[in-house]
Amino acid sequence: MKLMQSGLAALMLISASTAALADEVKVAVAANFTAPMKLIAEAFNQDTGHTAEVAFGATGKFYAQIKNGAPFEVLLSADDATPAKLEAEGMTKTGSSFTYAIGTLVLWSADPDLIKDGPKVLGRNQFRKLAIANPKTAPYGAAAMEVLKGLSIDQMITPKLVQGENIAQTYQFISTGNAELGFVALSQVFKDGRIGEGSAWIVPADMHKPIRQDAVILKNGENNAAATALMDYLKGDKAKEIIRSFGYAIP
Amino acid sequence: MGFSDADLQAIWLTLRLASLVTLLLLLIGTPIAWWLARTRSRWKGPVGAVVALPLVLPPTVLGFYLLVAMGPNGPVGQFTQWLGIGLLPFTFWGLVVASVFYSMPFVVQPIQNAIEALGERPLEVAATLRAGPWDRFFTVVLPLARPGFLTAAILGFAHTVGEFGVVLMIGGNIPGATRVVSVQIFDYVEAMEYGEAHWLAASMVIFSFLVLLALYTLNPNQRKF
Repeated sequence: MKLMQSGLAALMLISASTAALADEVKVAVAANFTAPMKLIAEAFNQDTGHTAEVAFGATGKFYAQIKNGAPFEVLLSADDATPAKLEAEGMTKTGSSFTYAIGTLVLWSADPDLIKDGPKVLGRNQFRKLAIANPKTAPYGAAAMEVLKGLSIDQMITPKLVQGENIAQTYQFISTGNAELGFVALSQVFKDGRIGEGSAWIVPADMHKPIRQDAVILKNGENNAAATALMDYLKGDKAKEIIRSFGYAIP
Repeated sequence: MGFSDADLQAIWLTLRLASLVTLLLLLIGTPIAWWLARTRSRWKGPVGAVVALPLVLPPTVLGFYLLVAMGPNGPVGQFTQWLGIGLLPFTFWGLVVASVFYSMPFVVQPIQNAIEALGERPLEVAATLRAGPWDRFFTVVLPLARPGFLTAAILGFAHTVGEFGVVLMIGGNIPGATRVVSVQIFDYVEAMEYGEAHWLAASMVIFSFLVLLALYTLNPNQRKF
């Protein structure tokens, strides 16, 4: 009986201590960061014991959901405007936001022979449709428009433009061949440090405003140790290495 | 505030799309409904199930397969290219084809129910009076099953107006061609322009309510699905 009691006490102690050590954090992650985040979440779990429960989607949608009581504790945004807006509205843990990645824009085609000499392909009449993410709502779309304007072909190319609602859908348009080429995030077509399939032109960073992607702790996660741990983990070398391997820059 | 030019363009496009789709669906759906209502073939079950699929499938599934099928490597895409009309995604006609699939059960099922409810007898009587098949359809079936056709037309129209997922998948958000009202609302919400979103969204709620109200007042006893 005594043995059982102490055994039970020990068991309770163990479960209590693991509960204290291993918290769970609910994270809303921008669609373009899907692939690196899956790896980071895994490493985060292995290294810290905490669990990151991750939802991927459009930043604008997350904003609406967060404003309306969604239980997210950390937001990894596709831009810097949304975290700033949430911060101004008092929806975040003050001062917690930082830039976790800087996105790289790429002109990509599923056809390995289409993009051979950088942006020149855009001036030729070799394609029917050019896909971009919606410039009004997606930072990569806005950057793509900036590039087209900078090349002075935005007017000429308008009839050929099709818009995906986010960068994931834009990729889908191109990978199914419905648009011959388009602007997506390098992270989507980068595998093991190089372009995985098709052909591409990596847009030089000085052709558009930097696509700063900010992370922020939300009000819900203010007192969650796992939320803070995740933010720290994102700033660490291991996460940075993963982030870079997907073609993002780090500030 | 009120509707912007882009809103009006989206509304006009949506109405054009829904009218055309409703017309096409009445033309295509009626023979299917007729066959389903009267056949004893063992294909009745499978065909009925295929027609009803859009009721249960998420629009993203349908949209994704339409995107692949109508793309340059898909069977439909190869066919349309062979016909010389190019590819359907990102065009108004692409939306028309997709919507015909998507709204099909909303048109076929009410008509099928109405024809089944008629039974054999009126047609047999008409046949003994030497009415030919077409004559029987236009002078017996159509007037007697009129509430079914009305329900079908209204539901087909309203459902096409309310369609979102499929359009999103194959539309490409092109003003005047594929940017319908539901996509326009989605864009406003995504861009956090909630004021503009409310205008269109509330109009959509009112419109849908009025359509259903018309349906239920005109046809109080008709089965809806």
